[in-house]
Amino acid sequence: MNTQQVLGQFQATGVETCFHGRHIDAQILDGLDGRNWRLKDYEARGGYQALRRILGVDGEEAMSPDQVIATVKESALRGRGGAGFPTGLKWSFMPRQFPGQKYLVCNSDEGEPGTCKDRDILQFNPHIVIEGMIIAAYAMGISVGYNYIHGEIFQTYERFEEAVHEARMAGLLGDRILGSSLNFQLHAAHGFGAYICGEETALLESLEGKKGQPRFKPPFPASFGLYGKPTTVNNTETFAAVPWIIRNGGQAYLQCGKPNNGGTKIYSVSGDVERPGNYEIPMGTPFSVLLDLAGGVRTGRKLKAVIPGGSSAPVLPASIMMDCTMDYDSIAKAGSMLGSGAVIVMDDSRCMVKSLQRLSYFYMHESCGQCTPCREGTGWLSRVVDRIENGLGRQSDMDLLDNVAENIQGRTICALGDAAAMPVRAMIKHFRPEFEYHVAHKTCMVPAYV
Amino acid sequence: MISIESRARFEQEVAKYPAEQRQSAVMACLAIAQQEIGYVSAEAESEIAEFLGMAPMAVHEVTTFYNMYNQRQVGKYKLNVCTNLPCQLRDGSRALQHLEKKLGIRMGESTEDGLFTLQQCECLGACADSPVLLVNDRTMCSFMTDEKLDQLVDGLRAAEGKA
Repeated sequence: MNTQQVLGQFQATGVETCFHGRHIDAQILDGLDGRNWRLKDYEARGGYQALRRILGVDGEEAMSPDQVIATVKESALRGRGGAGFPTGLKWSFMPRQFPGQKYLVCNSDEGEPGTCKDRDILQFNPHIVIEGMIIAAYAMGISVGYNYIHGEIFQTYERFEEAVHEARMAGLLGDRILGSSLNFQLHAAHGFGAYICGEETALLESLEGKKGQPRFKPPFPASFGLYGKPTTVNNTETFAAVPWIIRNGGQAYLQCGKPNNGGTKIYSVSGDVERPGNYEIPMGTPFSVLLDLAGGVRTGRKLKAVIPGGSSAPVLPASIMMDCTMDYDSIAKAGSMLGSGAVIVMDDSRCMVKSLQRLSYFYMHESCGQCTPCREGTGWLSRVVDRIENGLGRQSDMDLLDNVAENIQGRTICALGDAAAMPVRAMIKHFRPEFEYHVAHKTCMVPAYV
Repeated sequence: MISIESRARFEQEVAKYPAEQRQSAVMACLAIAQQEIGYVSAEAESEIAEFLGMAPMAVHEVTTFYNMYNQRQVGKYKLNVCTNLPCQLRDGSRALQHLEKKLGIRMGESTEDGLFTLQQCECLGACADSPVLLVNDRTMCSFMTDEKLDQLVDGLRAAEGKA
């Protein structure tokens, strides 16, 4: 076997994580099998009909940009990248009459630990993102867009480039799209290993060919974005939701979720479940249903805790989590956040100190170093958790951790500082006895940790 | 020296951006150079700087900021194993330990025959596929049980005639 053949044996097929048939009312991942990602397959699934509809190319009346934005507002679609900001509202911030160049950017720099949904969307249904971006470009009067893709999923970046090429050849990208007056050029770019570039202004810096250090806000990208021009940045899954909304209407989308939390959402379930993978379900579905879809907690184990929205989200104990529904409002009310929808499940064999040790190391490693509270604070957090894990902790360390975290939070340019602080504070809040046990006995409360 | 083929790929990347924003292609150019020569040499940085009209130091800033650029020569196969929490919960760290044993090196080191470099890395964005690793920045290997890790290492050694 040559190198390619050797490596080919270990490629993910998506069968276990995406084509398991265990979605509920799927819109984005519906009907996919891993082979049907091409333009003709997407069109056979109703793809690019929303674009044809708004342009009125099939004889129907065209939709105006205002009507498109109104429909997205009505749908209550909220940003799927983590912040949950209302998409229609964000689109309405763009200065439509701005005389110069404006940009549209798709944030596919999916690096939040636990999150692996955008990879499957781009790999198995790339045209749905392209169509969503064209519709957004039309709504905001933008003629150039970039999709910035996580460097680690290079094969997915290449797949997306191929899909863009297909769309260009078919007259769906470029000048005079489908014979209309709409012009939109779309290109793919890639990162190369920097968690911070998932932050939208760091991403813009990176796209400009610089270190990915976040910008001070305001000004926000809508007024000063890529190359200093008005720019809208949305997550991959957000764009992927748009074609369905246009085809079926804002009300229909809203109704398949719950008020203020429209539509379906893809949850990446990882950790201690029988079937880790991506599950697309309506917003507001009980967590217990999602856990069942993912095969439940590992056989013979009980649920201990869940990080419901990616590693930056505060951990929740099982008792609180089992009462939650999976939507922005329910998870926020429980004291955490839905974030990117990455659900990290931990069973009763897990040591919270060791888990936090790995997370704190991550934030220290990925801090861009720009703001002192984050640069110094993440290192401090990591070293203190480290010494507790290694049996060198002091009883005062828990208060010290909380104090350091408190002094990072809200004092940095971007949210990485908060993202480093929140898991620490939540772990101590909910599992303090475990930390105290570690300090007193220099060992885990749960020695079964593997 | 960067080859003519790589330079042609540079041109394709530059064409994605406005004429006065050639610098935007630096990430892609560095990745292409690394693919060709195995790492980002100072020579490659200055060639790219000249090609894009950047200060060499501005290129070097990019090389050193992003985790995946190799700042020195690495083994022919760089194996990056994710050990972040979701992977740690599903044998990611165990996979790294298994490779340390199999290759007889610690993470961060290279084998004496120059075939392998082993590294721990942060989230690859494939958490449901754990244990997961990235080979030479571009090829993701999923569900890497100990048997599959052995198969991978043995297979690559055989492909290089060093079985």
